[in-house]
This record gives sequence, structure tokens and C-alpha cells, in this order.
Amino acid sequence: MEPAHGDDKPHLPPPSLWPVGFAIGVACILVGLIVRPLVIVPIGAAIAIVFAFLWARDATRDYRTVSVPEVEPERRPPRRRARAIPAHRGEAGMPEPEPGEIERFPRSIFLEGATLGFGALIGGLVTIPVLGPAIAEAFVRGKKHEFDLGPITNFPVGKYVITTFFTDPSEGTVSRRTAYIRNNGDSPKGPSFTIISNRCAHLGCPVQPNGPVFDNQKKTTHSRSAGDVTIIPALPAGFGCPCHGGQYDKEGNRTAGPPVRGLDRYEYLIRDGHLVLLKPFSVWKVNGTGANAKIQKYPLTNPGDHVHGIESWLYPWQPPR
Amino acid sequence: MPRNRKSARRQRMEQAIVYPLDWLEERSGLIGGIRYFLFRKVPADTNWMQTLGSATLTAFIVQAVTGVILAMFYKPDPNSAYQSIQHITNDVTLGWLVRGMHRWGASVFIILMFFHMARVFLFGAYKYPRELNWIIGVLLLVLGMLEGFTGYLLPWDQTAYWATVVGINLNGTAPFLGPFLAQFLRGGAEIGPDTISRFYSLHMLLLPGAIIGLIGLHLYLVVRLGVSSPPWSKEAAGADRVEPEPTPGRRGLLQPGARGGIPR
Repeated sequence: MEPAHGDDKPHLPPPSLWPVGFAIGVACILVGLIVRPLVIVPIGAAIAIVFAFLWARDATRDYRTVSVPEVEPERRPPRRRARAIPAHRGEAGMPEPEPGEIERFPRSIFLEGATLGFGALIGGLVTIPVLGPAIAEAFVRGKKHEFDLGPITNFPVGKYVITTFFTDPSEGTVSRRTAYIRNNGDSPKGPSFTIISNRCAHLGCPVQPNGPVFDNQKKTTHSRSAGDVTIIPALPAGFGCPCHGGQYDKEGNRTAGPPVRGLDRYEYLIRDGHLVLLKPFSVWKVNGTGANAKIQKYPLTNPGDHVHGIESWLYPWQPPR
Repeated sequence: MPRNRKSARRQRMEQAIVYPLDWLEERSGLIGGIRYFLFRKVPADTNWMQTLGSATLTAFIVQAVTGVILAMFYKPDPNSAYQSIQHITNDVTLGWLVRGMHRWGASVFIILMFFHMARVFLFGAYKYPRELNWIIGVLLLVLGMLEGFTGYLLPWDQTAYWATVVGINLNGTAPFLGPFLAQFLRGGAEIGPDTISRFYSLHMLLLPGAIIGLIGLHLYLVVRLGVSSPPWSKEAAGADRVEPEPTPGRRGLLQPGARGGIPR
């Protein structure tokens, strides 16, 4: 039974020094982990456990030493023909408890709670590791973003080429990606490229060049980071998506159809005369062309999600990629 | 000697058949459970429309059985999935038929669910006290469509791949958490080897398990609440459940007469 909390009673539990000893024990463990784990940690643990026990004993003294009211010894008139309760009658044969006798400490409720509690604890402990591969894995794996597409001399100035490469050659065809690449020639800041992703900004289908594709002039190179790289010249007047008819101009700006923004682009750098593709990013709109283009750039966003304007408020967060 | 007295030999035969059933009933109560499940009173004016639920269940069982067989030959890997489907279709004995049953049966299952739902709606069978069963049915419909979505990727041809790209990106356009949902479905930033095995696992383990559990609940509620009469029925609604009286003419192994047999 819990002691009654009145305004005239001192606050419980009373102040005590045992927590200090407990803290010393914990400090000992922490120091021991650095200095001598095998010797000092057990000593610290012992100190902590002893003081924790003393602290708990002290703090609960008033709860434990509450005087239990004297129970009147039970007196029942002896039955005339008292018989042993037959075993097969079991619990039904037990005498009914007196009203005051029950509910002092409901053991069955304790057991119920313990069973459910331990069950929930075990269930939780088993579930937590499962969440790692099932959910977290999709969000933590960092992919490399650096693909060597071969010497820049393979990319004719002022013309688009269809370039395919592999983001992970060991995975095979599933990792093949396509980019439309145009060499814009030299600019004051070095060689300039327009590198447009073929992923439609509507729902992610592969956009196609609107114009002739010269398959017979196909070039193939190989690099360790991008696997087999194929380069096919094309003469697009723009890009179009076969799935739902989204249309884009030569800079990847949306001109018609359902897409919500322009085509994504890739960052790039020139290393040892090779064109190296970096991370993709999303684009709202491009003003101007080629090396002079003003690109309204956003972090890579899911197809179909707005990056600009009031609709973009619906997509405040993008998962890490 | 009464005329209908059975020969001793026939009595022995009946005893031999009833004994194992009796044995099972005494230890498990299963026979009684089956009897409770099967021998129910239904309104006299039920009609063929009310078999659509059983038809849907049958379609699901066909999917489950053919799916188990296909899983014996299918390889959920981007470099061999398509080839394994070709192998099933062209090389495995009657593989074309089993794959066809699974592929077309999927559509049959979805269509029958809609017909069943329409019947329940038009008959007003979703009303008190059967609202919960309607809700379970809606969950089953959603799970069935998720089965369709995850199963569509598995042939791993161009249609499968791009339809799944579009489907995942459609989920990605949901406000706020859509992009995260899309990444969860893909199992990463891009569709890759993890996506196909993830869809396969969902398709053949998680979703069917959930569907089977919910079908169990669905049927339990059907048995508990009884079959509803059609709206044009003359029978009064809300009548108490009456235990059927065994009639002498309909005695069977599970429906014993006064002579004994399995205790009711």
C-alpha cells in the first residue's frame, strides 16, 4: 500500500548520499574502459551495483515499511461435515475469498503484465534489427558518382551524342544509364558540355531524341568506372518521351506535355583530357544555350516532383541519394 | 426384424469410418468446427450472385498454387530473371500453362474482387452488422492490387521495367513523404538488383501472408454473421441463428442422426 501524500508529510524519497557512490562507480567504469578494461571496469561495476542497491533500498524504505494493519484471525464455524475438496473440481472448489481479502496485491495482474511486457520487449528487440535491411538500407547506401566517359575528343563540338554507360559495371545491364551530351567547345572557363539525363521529369521514362540517330557511327570505349561506354551521334530537334508525350527542347526545357520541370542534368569535370560525369541534379529551367546557359539548378528530385513555385512546397524533403 | 436394420458387415464398415473421425473430434473439436463452418443456414432466396466471394477465393487459391510452382523455377536476379521466365515458358513441362494461369488468373482475381464488391454494395450487404467485413474486404482489395504491382515487375522485360519505373515515380509524387516512399520501394536511389528481389519477396511472402490472414478473418465474419438475404427478400431480417435439426434423410458422416456417431 502506498503511503498517503499529504502536504504535511516530508517529500519522498529523502535526500541520501548513495547516488554519489553510484556515480563514482559509473565514473570508474568509464575510466576503466579507457585505462584497464579487465581490471577497473569490474571494480567500478561492483561499486555501482552495490550503491545502486543501497540507494534503491533507501529510497523505497518508506514504501516497504508501511505498517500492515493487523488482520483479524479468521474464525469460521466448523462445518458439520467438512470434506476435502475433490481434486477434479479444481479451482471451482476453492473457497470464495472474503471481500477484504482480495486485491491487496493482485498477483495475477502482475503476471499478466510481466508476460505482456516481456513479450513486447522481445518483440521489439527482434523487430529493431529487421528495420535495418527492410527500411534503412534504402536510405543510407552511398553510391559513387564519378564515371569516366573517355577522351573529350570523342564528343564532336556543337553536336549531340547519345552516350550510354554503367553506374556499376558489376551489376550488369540494370545499371546502364543514358545521357545526351553536347560538346559546347571551349569557353573562358574551360571546355563546356551540356549533359542531359534521359530520365523524363514526368514519371521517369526514357526520353528519346526527336531526330535521326546515326547508329552506323557508333563508337565504343571502355573505362573502369563506367564499363562499356557507347557514343552514337544524333541530330535532335528536341527530346520526347514515349510514355505520356512529354516534350522538351534542345536544352531540356519542357515545351509540352505533363512534365513538371526541365530534364535533369549531370555535373562534370575534365580530368586528363577525359570527360568525367559527376552527380545528377534537377533543373527548373534553362535560359540561353550551350556554354552561356543560365541553369536554374536544384538538388536531384524525384520525377514528377516540382522544384519551383508554390507546388514545390509539397516536396520539402528529398531522401539522401 | 425391422426392415431397415443394416447388415452387420455394413455396421462394421461405418464404425471403421467413423472411428478415426471420432478420435479426431474428441481430441481437437475440428470436426465440429468444420461442421459449424460448412452446415450453416442460409436464406432460402440466395442466388448465384452470392457465389462471387467463393469464386474470388478460388481465384486466389489458383494464384497461390501456381505461384508456388513458378517460384520453383523463377530467379529474382536482374541478369537471369528474364531467362528464367523464358525457360518456364518454353522448356518446363506445361510451364507455359502454369505461367499463363498465374498471369491471367491475376486479372481474374482482381476482376472477381470488384464483382464481389459490387454485389455486396448493391445488395446492401455491407450494412450493420457487416461493416467490419466490408473494411476487411477493402484491405484485401488493396493488398490484391499491391500483388499486381509487385508481380508486374517480375517478368523483367521492357514493359515490366518501365511500368514499374512509372508506378514507383507515381508514388514519389505523393506530397511530403512521396519521395521517401518511392526510395523505399526501389530499395535505393535507382532501380537495381535489390529492387527485383525486394518486389519478389513482397510478392510471394509478405503480401500473400497478409491476404491469407485477412481472408481467414473475412470468412470467420461471414460464418459468424451469416449470409444476408437479397434486398427483395420476403424473409424477415435479424432472425436469430437457428441450429439446423438433423433430418433422418440427410444423415451423413459429419451430420449424424440420433443413432450416435460424432457428438454434436
